[in-house]
Amino acid sequence: MLAYIIRRLLYAIPILIGVNLITFALFFVVNTPDDVARVHLGDKYLNEEAVANWKAARGYDKPLIYNPGASGFDKFQQTIFFEKSAKLFVFDFGAADDGRDIGYDIRQRMWPSLAIAIPSLIIGLLINVTVAMMLAFFRASYIDIVGVIAGVTLMSISSMFYIIGGQYLISKSLHLVPISGYDEGLSAIKFLVLPIIVGLIGGIGSGTRWYRTIFLEEINRDYVRTARAKGLFESIVLFKHVLKNAMIPILTGVVVILPILFMGSLVTESFFGIPGLGSYVIDAIQAQDFAIVRAMVFLGSVLYIVGLILTDISYTLVDPRVRLS
Amino acid sequence: MNAFGYQFAPLWTDWLVYFLVFSGIGFFLYARRHEHLARPWRQVVRRPLAMSAALVLLVYIAIGLADSIHLQKQRVIANSDAVIFSSEKISLLDIVLTTLRVQEEKTYSAPFAIQSYAKETIELPDGGIVREFPRLVYGGIHLDQASDKTADIVAKTIRAIAESVAIFVLLIVILNFFLARYYQNSFGRQLNLLKLGDADLPWRSLLLMGFVLTLVGLVLIRLAPYYHVLGTDKVGKDVLYLSLKSIRTGLVIGSLTTLFVLPFALSLGIMAGYFRGRVDDVIQYLYTTLSSIPGVLLIAASVLMIDVYIQNNAEQFATIADRADARLLFLCLILGITGWVGLCRLLRGEALKLREIDYIQASQAFGVSHTRILSRHILPNVMHIILITLVLDFSGLVLAEAVLSYIGVGVDPSMISWGNMINGARLEMAREPVVWWSLVAAFIFMFLLVLCANLFADSVRDAFDPRAY
Repeated sequence: MLAYIIRRLLYAIPILIGVNLITFALFFVVNTPDDVARVHLGDKYLNEEAVANWKAARGYDKPLIYNPGASGFDKFQQTIFFEKSAKLFVFDFGAADDGRDIGYDIRQRMWPSLAIAIPSLIIGLLINVTVAMMLAFFRASYIDIVGVIAGVTLMSISSMFYIIGGQYLISKSLHLVPISGYDEGLSAIKFLVLPIIVGLIGGIGSGTRWYRTIFLEEINRDYVRTARAKGLFESIVLFKHVLKNAMIPILTGVVVILPILFMGSLVTESFFGIPGLGSYVIDAIQAQDFAIVRAMVFLGSVLYIVGLILTDISYTLVDPRVRLS
Repeated sequence: MNAFGYQFAPLWTDWLVYFLVFSGIGFFLYARRHEHLARPWRQVVRRPLAMSAALVLLVYIAIGLADSIHLQKQRVIANSDAVIFSSEKISLLDIVLTTLRVQEEKTYSAPFAIQSYAKETIELPDGGIVREFPRLVYGGIHLDQASDKTADIVAKTIRAIAESVAIFVLLIVILNFFLARYYQNSFGRQLNLLKLGDADLPWRSLLLMGFVLTLVGLVLIRLAPYYHVLGTDKVGKDVLYLSLKSIRTGLVIGSLTTLFVLPFALSLGIMAGYFRGRVDDVIQYLYTTLSSIPGVLLIAASVLMIDVYIQNNAEQFATIADRADARLLFLCLILGITGWVGLCRLLRGEALKLREIDYIQASQAFGVSHTRILSRHILPNVMHIILITLVLDFSGLVLAEAVLSYIGVGVDPSMISWGNMINGARLEMAREPVVWWSLVAAFIFMFLLVLCANLFADSVRDAFDPRAY
């Protein structure tokens, strides 16, 4: 087991190097730092000196990957690639364009993101699995048909309309909770209720549909037929046999997104003014702060790969048939 | 081409849309001759829900295509024979909707309003000054008194209803006439069968859906020239016009992305599965790396970079429309690059399975070349997976456009799209009275498209995928 985990971790290294090279190419080769500086400064203050100053202040004044002016290892260390990209590997994210430490900001901002993501995930899972079970139990009846059509309808509405509708109905018309904002500690709850509810309603369509497919796939297997042939009640078949086996794909599907939860939801957080990582990214995009976007791309990839490894491990834990090799 | 004082001036995305349409027709002709593709389609066309959805989609596609034929108007210059064309590119749809396009108010106005949303200081003829809601420049200008409005709207609507009922009846008679001849029934008997929905194709559902669509269309045609049926936006543009123009943006994003997904996913996917070994390793590494970057962030990063490029090379784009078009195309490319991984994985898995099957093994034993095996034996047998994935992805892409535009990495802000409409309107929810019409219009148009695409995609999947439920 341990050997397997270590091998998976080693396998992650070339992928992260690949991610790093892609982001490096995207941010420094497609447009040179000069181009970026010109866009940031605008036409008004555009001159050679201003561009040079802007680059020097942010450490973009070095050569891209090879510095012939330096000596020894500095030939490679005194470069943009080493300073800005290679350092991401040790989670040294550097400073944003406004001078703030990105690593510090990320540590601060991940808690509000988690405060929304974790309750949404747990409650959503419970609701979706329950509804999907019900549809599977009443499959091919009117309840199932209505449920499936309702699911498709809910799926066809853009998540932004759920948010806008929720804000309008619950906050603006009924004045139950504030429209947007955030607070420390327990008083944050009143700001979190609406985003979570909206997230649940928005996700119920696709979630239910997905779990229903899993249940129906399970229901057609041989062991279910055997269980029915034994004369078990349909409810026992469903809850004891099908649910247990369906938990394997459901759980692994959850595990893979667990690490990504840190990243938060871009749209939800920005609509509700929650200072999480999602709104951090949006603010960075709108301010064209590439240092933050670069850091978040790398962080996101790391978390995704962690999720994949966790999924593989959880497979072996819940499903004795799977052997790691 | 130069006819009726217009010159054909397609944008880049237009060419690709034409290409897509011709490939679609080509695929249709190909599928007709191949039973394994034709049979599932026959199953799809028998489904009332799928066909009703397809009819709505057809209307959307027709509007989108009309909006994809861009023209330049000839400018008449006095005392000169030189033929000069306006630099502004307008589409066929713009020409059809000229009334809607040019009837711009000053600012917001509610649906069917004849007065502006905002109060203005008006100078009276006798020199006095009052602050009140001014009459709109175009909306309801044909009315003498504001109180005539309801009667006028009702009269126009009734006329539209009467016309659509007439068209409906005419359609039934014509269709029934041909069906009766085809099945060699008497007219009355066939009419009865039609009423019961007893036919190879769901004619009854199609007729009803067609009736609803003509009804909505005619009501809009009768009312839209006189009123702003869906109100006007901040700068006074007609919201109905904006919603109709957004259709092309949504369709282009949903379909052109396909064009960029296919080459990557198809070639790499079946190669990885067929050759296995080192080729497989490299391709797997490639797509694991790409897919490990969160999609939104990769899109955001790429679009930010193309923004910088466009701002630094502004001289390469003749007009704002050209610039917006380039960005739209690039957005499709990026969505394609982030989106090919899923299909690639599926195709790899399928190719892995197929290569062990006897007929492929036999071809290999006969010494058939790899290229020939891939193109003649593997490719036709993964067609259904490609089709299902592409159809299922479409609606997700349309929804993604709105989110990306909201984040600021979607289509160009000057381009008319549902995302930009929502983005512009959402801040106005705080106003009193609420400016709701832009949001509602974007919602309805988007919802209809995505819902129909989803319903249609479900039927396609059910028909092509024997495992689906």
